[in-house]
Amino acid sequence: MYPARFDYVAPRSLEDAVEALAGGGDDAKVLAGGQSLIPLMKLRFAEPSLLVDINRIPGLDGIAEDGGRLRIGALVRHNDVVGSRLVADRLPVMAAAAPLISDPLVRNLGTVCGSLCHADPAGDWGSVMLALGAEVVARSPSGERTIPVSELLVDTFTTSLAPDEIVTEVRVPLPQRRSGGHYLKLERKVGDFATVGVAVQLELDDGRIGRAGIALTAVGPRNVTATEAERVLAGAEPGPDAFAEAGRLAADAAEPVDDVRGSARYKRAVVQTFVERALTRAHEIAGGSR
Amino acid sequence: MAVAEQERTVRGIGHSLRRHEDDRFIRGKGTYVDDIVLPGMLHMAILRSPLAHARIVSIDTSKAQAAEGVVAVITGADLAAHNLAWMPTLSGDTQAVFATDKVRFQGQEVAAVVAEDPYLARDALQLIDVEYDPLPALVDPHKALEPDAVLIRDDKEGQTDNRCYHWEAGDPRATDEAFARADVVVTLDTHYPRCHPSPMETCGIVADVNQATGQATLHMTSQAPHAHRTLFAMVAGLPEQNIRIKTPDIGGGFGNKVPIYPGYVAATAASLLLGRPVKWIEDRSENLISTGFARDFHMHGELALTRDGEMLGLRVRLVSDNGAFYADAQPSKCRAGLFHIVTGSYALPAAHVVADGAYTNKAPGGVAYRCSFRVTEASFLIERLVHNAAIELGLDPAELRRRNFIRPEQFPYTSATGFVYDSGNYEAALDLALQQVGYDDLREEQRRARAEGRLLGIGIASFTEVVGAGNHKDYDIAGIKMFDSAELRVHPTGKAILKIGVQTQGQGHETTFAQIVASELGIPPEDVLVQYGDTDNVPYGLGTYASRSTPTAGAATAVISRKLRDKARQIAAHLLEVSEEDLEWDTGRFSVKGAPDRAVTIQDVALAAYTNMPEGLEAGLEGVHYYDPPNMTFPFGTYVVVVEVDPGTGDWKVLRVVAVDDCGVRINPMIVEGQIHGGLAEGFGIAKMELITFDEDGNCIGSNFTDYLLPTSWETPNFECFATVTPSPHHPLGAKGVGESATVGSPAAYVNAVIDALGHLGVRNIDMPVTSAKVWEAIQQASR
Amino acid sequence: MEVNVTVNGAQHRVDVEPRMLLVHMLRDRLRLTGTHVGCDTSGCGACTVLLDGTPVKSCTMLAVQADGRSVTTVEGLARDGQLHPIQEAFKEEHGLQCGFCTPGMMLAAAALLESNPDPGDEDIRWALSGNICRCTGYVNIVKAVRRAAGAMRQTATQAG
Repeated sequence: MYPARFDYVAPRSLEDAVEALAGGGDDAKVLAGGQSLIPLMKLRFAEPSLLVDINRIPGLDGIAEDGGRLRIGALVRHNDVVGSRLVADRLPVMAAAAPLISDPLVRNLGTVCGSLCHADPAGDWGSVMLALGAEVVARSPSGERTIPVSELLVDTFTTSLAPDEIVTEVRVPLPQRRSGGHYLKLERKVGDFATVGVAVQLELDDGRIGRAGIALTAVGPRNVTATEAERVLAGAEPGPDAFAEAGRLAADAAEPVDDVRGSARYKRAVVQTFVERALTRAHEIAGGSR
Repeated sequence: MAVAEQERTVRGIGHSLRRHEDDRFIRGKGTYVDDIVLPGMLHMAILRSPLAHARIVSIDTSKAQAAEGVVAVITGADLAAHNLAWMPTLSGDTQAVFATDKVRFQGQEVAAVVAEDPYLARDALQLIDVEYDPLPALVDPHKALEPDAVLIRDDKEGQTDNRCYHWEAGDPRATDEAFARADVVVTLDTHYPRCHPSPMETCGIVADVNQATGQATLHMTSQAPHAHRTLFAMVAGLPEQNIRIKTPDIGGGFGNKVPIYPGYVAATAASLLLGRPVKWIEDRSENLISTGFARDFHMHGELALTRDGEMLGLRVRLVSDNGAFYADAQPSKCRAGLFHIVTGSYALPAAHVVADGAYTNKAPGGVAYRCSFRVTEASFLIERLVHNAAIELGLDPAELRRRNFIRPEQFPYTSATGFVYDSGNYEAALDLALQQVGYDDLREEQRRARAEGRLLGIGIASFTEVVGAGNHKDYDIAGIKMFDSAELRVHPTGKAILKIGVQTQGQGHETTFAQIVASELGIPPEDVLVQYGDTDNVPYGLGTYASRSTPTAGAATAVISRKLRDKARQIAAHLLEVSEEDLEWDTGRFSVKGAPDRAVTIQDVALAAYTNMPEGLEAGLEGVHYYDPPNMTFPFGTYVVVVEVDPGTGDWKVLRVVAVDDCGVRINPMIVEGQIHGGLAEGFGIAKMELITFDEDGNCIGSNFTDYLLPTSWETPNFECFATVTPSPHHPLGAKGVGESATVGSPAAYVNAVIDALGHLGVRNIDMPVTSAKVWEAIQQASR
Repeated sequence: MEVNVTVNGAQHRVDVEPRMLLVHMLRDRLRLTGTHVGCDTSGCGACTVLLDGTPVKSCTMLAVQADGRSVTTVEGLARDGQLHPIQEAFKEEHGLQCGFCTPGMMLAAAALLESNPDPGDEDIRWALSGNICRCTGYVNIVKAVRRAAGAMRQTATQAG
């Protein structure tokens, strides 16, 4: 498998990268981890005219706490998240999801931001970031803007990014209260895309649930936020009844289709089971069961 | 204990000798086909049909011809001009090299670009314009066999329907009588799905034809170089002595590299026409969509029993989906391979099998994926039937097997379908497996787990295989009889070269075959160089598949070693100035009876064979033997698998796999166990995830490794392996062959375990691959 | 484009098209054919190499991306004619059959042992789950990695 021809630049600064991308027209692409893009190019499903390789730009590879949020740079690899103490301590839903992304070798190159920008509805980070209420920072020649992940992910393989925008980081609000989160993924083997994935984030407030975030992988044209389930949990007493109800509502929110991984009915059932299980685990992590 | 001492030093049969071949592989110094680079070599890429069934209206190659780096564009019409557009298959059918009239499956070869560089070859492929006139695609073999179905093989004279064979085995009348006496008839309809051997190395060739001499040297991924050479001679009309097939290291075969593929023929034709070496290496997707798939058997089985569990008869109707060309490699008298081993390990007095093969608009194949000619399908069917019969009769599945096993004293045993089983002790293997897994405790644990709502399952398979074809009377591939060969040359310094007609793809021939020579002749294995896979250099053989290396060429190696030993005895007698009868043989050493210090070693004898031979004796110490097995061998064993099913998702995890294999005498126990591990893993993959399927238009789903799933180290369970040893009475070493036992036996054990976990809910069948989705649906259905 | 890359300790300057995959540069330009290609979709790990010590799939990376970096292939595992303990262990435990996945598998394992000198079976199976083997069923690969870990710990103890 051999990619078609393209031009290639590896700028040393974000400014140069943004300029190169803007000058490259609609067929220019950003190359970060390349773990989705390069296979597509080898199959010649993607034939970009220009690749703007951002891997030489300094300062994009950090995970840092900054004013109540976690900043994850555009060159942070999945395995950087696996190895992050900060993530393990503060954001268990990310810590649970990271090692389930693709396989160990792909995780060494693939990036969190790249995965979000790929907007694959079977991508795990989309759900995690939706559940956490994260946003991305996008840079273009006309400046910088932040985009909530809920607005970034528009449709299958489609984002709200302009062709000349590069995502420079994702910002995750760090929960202030007692909180817990979890990610569950049903996959047929390591490296498979999810049949179903569920991300949950629970924040406890004086024995009751404060904010709840629930988002679903691979059961819709994009990662799906289970809004109704989040709503009924907010303010509710945490426990099996509330979690079961949330599971049912989340299953209703899913829009799965029949395919080789299973029927829509099956995937809904797994959503229900996983939401219940993930909430139970998140509640334990939050110290709620103590 | 001089003999035992000597045996230890030569490290022959029975020793877990570390492998010779590993020294190059662990350094990255193996040579696979794609590693070969010849001066002036060109690269070929193949254009494939996007449609499953369509007439070719036109092919315009002009833009591709003009593209950068392109040396030639070849179409079916170009091949037809040289009478190369069609080729024979190993099952006696014909197959298009490049389509000329119409395409018959998605992925079929239509044209090729030959260019200076593989990137440029792919670029030019995109510039070939093919106009197709679509035809309805037949993807269901049952529909393909209906009388008014569109004719797929309109190229074949006299072919009026889509049937590619009809075949029967056993006795229909005796079977009907048996069923008439039955208290219980258990039926099972199951599809053994289309899967793919998927060796890590895809298929490929470097074809190097010298236009001046006509000498064609073909470096190719072949499990059967000699058979391929003969077929090449027949298809290309090249004199056979001018074709040299050389197989370098092969990165796994599992049956995938038995057939001849259009790419081999096209690259050879290109090299012939262009006068330069041409390399063609498949992409993985090409490998999955166009080369030999396996299985795809739609089976209906009926097992007749008495109420107390005595098996009376077996009836099987099956339809095989062979794709657009009947292009597997079955012995010519056995159109559904050796499927009639379907009576398995049981003393079944009557059986009848009816098989029909269907042409469909799918890739051709039906190769034996780590399996001896459809034995896997047979073993799966009987072992699944037995499990379901146990449920129906309320008997323990181990007990039902035990009551019906062919007993040790019944061997040689003639089965209802005509096989003569050589030897076996099925109950011993079952007992050992049950003991090692702790069967009674497990059943108790299963009861407790159920009470807690947990779904634990225990699956058993007590399989019997038939491997090591032929004998020559009954078994041939495309007319070539199924013997095999070994040529042994012992040099003056006592070092040897063994040349064998079989072909390793990772099985460790360079080590095990040297060990056979070591045991038989006393030459240490490191002094024996084993060669194979070069048709100019090694004697004719049918290659390695169907677990036949040890049963055939292994036997040939033993026999030729013994012949040389007989000659060595004559020389030793001459050297020691005694008569041959006065000599005793310890491995590697002749000594005079009663005077053990008067002795010569095999190395002394080897030197004398060239320097000091007795009067009247031919010089040298070498010879060749062609071994025609008197019968096939029948390895067997019992596998026990323990699983737990998650009722919430249907996902299932394997908790234990206990495998007892009896493959007769084990030449290198380490290698044997490695083969079993690999087969258990591939069996697991087939049971859980490996699947090639098609949509209604004949589009292949499963065309790369994101869709065709292979188990990784994470999903694959650990395997606990044990042995019993029941030698084959007719094999010179008592060995039976083992490479495929675990793929043959284990799928039923995995599936039986899942069914066992759900049996109390009323679940009786889930077709492979047993995905979590199917398990969940089955639970829902059952609890309704 | 010119790529300056250190491969197995040796400096190389190679002129490549941007589209050339790293695996093709290694195999076809540097003639290091121990790195294999097993699939098209980043699904098998036969092409695994170490990039600055980290295992990556060289079929899913452009050669130009390796500019200024250090690559280790199977040919670079042995040092000064001395086999790496993982190579010894793969032979000793029969962790290979056809040998096609073996280079990638050994490199992934070597990287694991750099970060975790005493991995359990689960750690090993997890770390190697990006590399597919069709022959061995993984059992002896896991044993080999354990054996290599033991040998390396022993060497480290003796050296320390």
